[in-house]
Amino acid sequence: MGAAGATRAETELGKAEMNAATTGTQSPESVAAAQGRPAKTLETRSVNLYYGDFQAVENVSMTVEPNKVTALIGSSGCGKTTFLRSLNRMHELTAGASVDGEITLDGQDIYGSRVDPVQVRRLVGMVFQSPNPFPTMSVYDNVAAGLNLNAGRVKKSEKDEIVERSLRGAHLWNEVKDRLDKPGSSLSGGQQQRLCIARAIAVEPEVLLMDEPCSALDPVATLAIEDLIGELKSKFTIAIVTHNMQQASRASDITAFFNLEETGKPGRLVEIGATEKIFTSPAQQATEDYVSGRFG
Amino acid sequence: MRFVAGSGKIGDRIFSNLAVGAAITILALLGGVAAFLLIQAMPAVSASPSELPGGKSLIDYIAPLAFGTVLAATIAVVLAVPLAVAVALFISHIAPRKLLLPLGYMVDLLAAVPSIVYGLWGIFVLGPAAVGPMEWLEQKLGFIPFFEGPASVTGRTMLVAGLVLTVMILPIVSAVAREVFSQTPRKLQEGALALGATRWEMIRMTVLPFGKSSIISGAMLGLGRALGETMAVTIILSVSGIVTFNLISQANPSTIAANIALDFPESTGLAINTLIASGLVLFAITLVTNLAARAIVARQNIQ
Amino acid sequence: MSTLDGGVLPDWSSYGVVAASGVLAAALLLAAGIFSVALLLVLTVFVTAVVTYTWSRRIEGPRRAKDRLVTLMIVAAFGLALIPLLSLVFEVAKRGIPGLSLEFLTESARGHIGGGGAAHALVGTLVITGAAALISIPVGLMAAIYLTEYGGGRLGRALTFFVDVMTGIPSIVAGLFAYALFALIFGPGIRLGVMGSVALSVLMIPIVIRTSEEVLKIVPNHLREASYALGTPKWRTIVKVVLPTAFAGLITGMMIAVARIIGETAPLLVTTGVVDSINSNPFSGRMQNLAVYAYSEYRTPGVFKQASYDRAWAAALTLIVIVMVLNLVARLIYRRYRTEIR
Repeated sequence: MGAAGATRAETELGKAEMNAATTGTQSPESVAAAQGRPAKTLETRSVNLYYGDFQAVENVSMTVEPNKVTALIGSSGCGKTTFLRSLNRMHELTAGASVDGEITLDGQDIYGSRVDPVQVRRLVGMVFQSPNPFPTMSVYDNVAAGLNLNAGRVKKSEKDEIVERSLRGAHLWNEVKDRLDKPGSSLSGGQQQRLCIARAIAVEPEVLLMDEPCSALDPVATLAIEDLIGELKSKFTIAIVTHNMQQASRASDITAFFNLEETGKPGRLVEIGATEKIFTSPAQQATEDYVSGRFG
Repeated sequence: MRFVAGSGKIGDRIFSNLAVGAAITILALLGGVAAFLLIQAMPAVSASPSELPGGKSLIDYIAPLAFGTVLAATIAVVLAVPLAVAVALFISHIAPRKLLLPLGYMVDLLAAVPSIVYGLWGIFVLGPAAVGPMEWLEQKLGFIPFFEGPASVTGRTMLVAGLVLTVMILPIVSAVAREVFSQTPRKLQEGALALGATRWEMIRMTVLPFGKSSIISGAMLGLGRALGETMAVTIILSVSGIVTFNLISQANPSTIAANIALDFPESTGLAINTLIASGLVLFAITLVTNLAARAIVARQNIQ
Repeated sequence: MSTLDGGVLPDWSSYGVVAASGVLAAALLLAAGIFSVALLLVLTVFVTAVVTYTWSRRIEGPRRAKDRLVTLMIVAAFGLALIPLLSLVFEVAKRGIPGLSLEFLTESARGHIGGGGAAHALVGTLVITGAAALISIPVGLMAAIYLTEYGGGRLGRALTFFVDVMTGIPSIVAGLFAYALFALIFGPGIRLGVMGSVALSVLMIPIVIRTSEEVLKIVPNHLREASYALGTPKWRTIVKVVLPTAFAGLITGMMIAVARIIGETAPLLVTTGVVDSINSNPFSGRMQNLAVYAYSEYRTPGVFKQASYDRAWAAALTLIVIVMVLNLVARLIYRRYRTEIR
C-alpha cells in the first residue's frame, strides 16, 4: 500500500511540488493510523477583509491550533463567516472582495503570489451551513468526488477503501453501506451533512472549516455531528462558526468571540481563549455580556 | 369609490366571460388550424399519382422533402448545441459580471434578425465565402460521403444552409442554457470549489449536470425552429430534388417549407392541396419535437 | 509535508501568449504567402492553445492546464458566435445603404420598370402588422388574464398546453392555415391583406400570451387582496390594479411580439402575395410587406439586376433597423416605467 499511497501523493501535489518538498509526503495510511498526529496550524496576522470599499472584518490576529476545535462565536453580521471563508480562499470568490494581512498554513502564506487557490482549498476543507451533496452523483461518488479530481488513476479497490473509511469517520457508514449507489440527495438532512463531512475528509485536508454545520438540522442530528466533531479533532485542525453558544461550550476547546461596535463598522476579534475560561470568566466586558445573553 | 351594490357582479360576469371566451377562441383557433389543413390536404391524399405534381405518389413527393428538412435541421443542431453551451458558459461563468447584460443582449440580437435577412446574407456573403473551404473539404475529406463534392462554385449548398440555420438557432439554445446555468445553486458550486476543484472541474461537476435536461430541451426547441425555417433555406439552396448526403454540391434536396414557399405562389388546384399536405407533415414533425422537449422538462421538474 | 508553492503562471501570461501567438501566426502565414484574416484567427487560437497548455502543464500541473485550455476554447467559441452577428450587421449596412434613398421610401414600384421604391411595402408592413396586432393583442391579453386571474381548471391546463404547441408552429404552416380558412369561404386563389394578418396572428398570439402571463404573475397577490379588502369587484381589481402595475411589462411583451412578426415572409408569400402598388385596404386585393418585398426584388429582379438587389438589401436594412429599434425601445420602456414592487 505504501507504493500506491506515495504514487497518489505524487500526482496530487504535482511535479513542481515534489521538487520542492524535501521531507517528502506522509503516506495517507500513516496519517490515518496515527492518533493525535501533529496537524497543521493556521495563523492569521492583522487580517482585514473587504467587500469592495466596505470593510467587513478588522485586524484579526489569532491562531487556529492543531488537533483542537476552535469555535468562532458572536452575533449575526459580525464577520465570523467572512473571516472563516478567508481561511480557505473562498472569500475572494465574491466579486470585489479583497483580503489584507497575512494568513499562513503551517508557516506558508496561503495568499502568496505563487500560490494556487485551488491547492489551498484542497488542504483547507469546508463544510457548509446547508448540506450540499451533489444531487446528480451517488453517495459513493459524492464521497469520492474530491478524489476523482486529482489527476492520476486511483485504483478502484483503493477508492473503495477510502470511501468506506471516510464514511465510517463521519459515522455514516452503517446507514448507507447498502445504498452507496443511490443519489446523494436521497438521504435525510442530518445524513446529508454527514455525507458532506465524509466528502470533505476523504481528501485528507490539513484543516477543516465548518460554517454553522448544524443550523439546518434537528437536535438529534446536531448532537450526532457534535460528537463527530469531537472525534475528528484527533486527526484534523477544526474551526467552526456557530451561533449556538451551548454548542460552542460543548464542542470546542478554544473560543474566539467576534463583535461589532455598531452596525456599519467592521467586525473585530474581541477575545480568544480556552472555552471554559471564555464562558465562565472572560476578560472583556463585551464577551461577558454576550455569553450571558445580555445581547446577541 | 362609491359602493354600488350589484355593479360588481355584472361587470365580473362580463369580464370573466370575455376572458373565458378568449381562451376558448384560441383553442378553437388551434383546432381550426389542424382541421382546415386536414380538409385542404385531403384531396391530395386521395388522389392518384398521375394527378399529383411530379407524377409520383404523395409519399414519394413528400419523403425527399422530409429528408432534406431533417438533414438541414440536424446539421444545425449538431453544430449549434455545443457552440451554444460554450457561449452560455462564457456569459454565465467566465465573462466579467458587468458584461453579463450587454453580452447576453448581443447574442439575443441574433434571434431578432428576420429570416429573409439571413437568407440574403447566406447567399450573398456566406455562400461565396464558403466556396474556398468547401473545395478544401472536397480535396482533403472527399472520401466521406458528406464531402463527396464536386464543390459548388456558388456556395448554394446544404452545408451553407445548415450553417445559416445554426446561427439562427444558436441564440435560442444559448438563452435556455444561459438561464439554467446562472441558476445553478451557489452552494453546489461552492461545495465543489471548497473541495479544491478548478473552475472547469466545478462547471463539469455541478453546472453542467444541473443544466443537462434544460440543454436537451433547448436543443429540441432549436430543432423545432430549424425544421420549420423557410426563407433562409428557400433563398440559399440550389435545389435539384435528389436525396443525398452530399453537403457541398450543387444538387440538393429541398425542404418541405422551402418547397412550399417556392411553388405555392404559382400553384393551382391539386398542386395546392399537395403542398398543404406536405405542410401538415411538417406540422406533425415539429409538433412531435416540441412535445418531446416539454416532456423532458416535465420529467426534470418531477425529480 | 505538503507545500503550497507549486507555482502559478504570471498574471500577464494569458494576454502575453495570445499576442505572441498572433504575431507568430501572422509571420507563418506571410511566409506561406497566404493573406486570410480567418486563417490568421484560427492559427492564433491554435498556437495559443498549444503554448498555454504545455507551459501551464509544466509549471502548474495537468489540472490547471486543462482548466486554462477549456477556458480558452470557451472564449474562442464566443468569439466564433459573434462573427456572424458582426458580419450580418456590417454587410447589411454596407449593401443596404446604397439602396436607401428618398425614392426608396416614397415611391412604390408601380409604373417603374426596373426602378421605384418600397413605399407600398412600407404601407403594407404597417397595415398587415397593425391588423395582426389588433387581432392578437386583445385576444392574447384576455387569455393571459384568464390564465393568471381565473386560473387553472381543465380549460386553463388545455390552454397552457396548446399555447406551448402554438409557439412551435412553423411560420409557413400558419400561412397555409390562413389560406385554407379563407379559401374555404371565398374559394381558392384568394389573396387578401387581412389573410396575412390572420396568419401572423397565429404566430403572435402565443407570444403575447406568454409574455403577458409572465408579467401578470409577478404582480404580488397582496396587491389584489388589498383591493378586494376594500370591496372592489374582481374585474375592477384586474383593470385598476393588476393591469396598471404590469403595464410596462405588458407593453414590452407586445412590442417584442410585433418585432417578431414584422419581418415575416413565408406566411405572407402564401397569403397576401406580391404586388406593385400601394394598397392600404386589407380587405381588397394583394398587399406585401417589406420582407416579401426584399424577397421578390431578389427573386425577380427587374431589368437592372443590381438595382433590384440594392433595393432588396435596403429593405433588409430597414427591417433590421425597425426590429432592433423595437426591441431596444421595448427594453427601455420596461426599465424606465416598470413599477418597483417592494
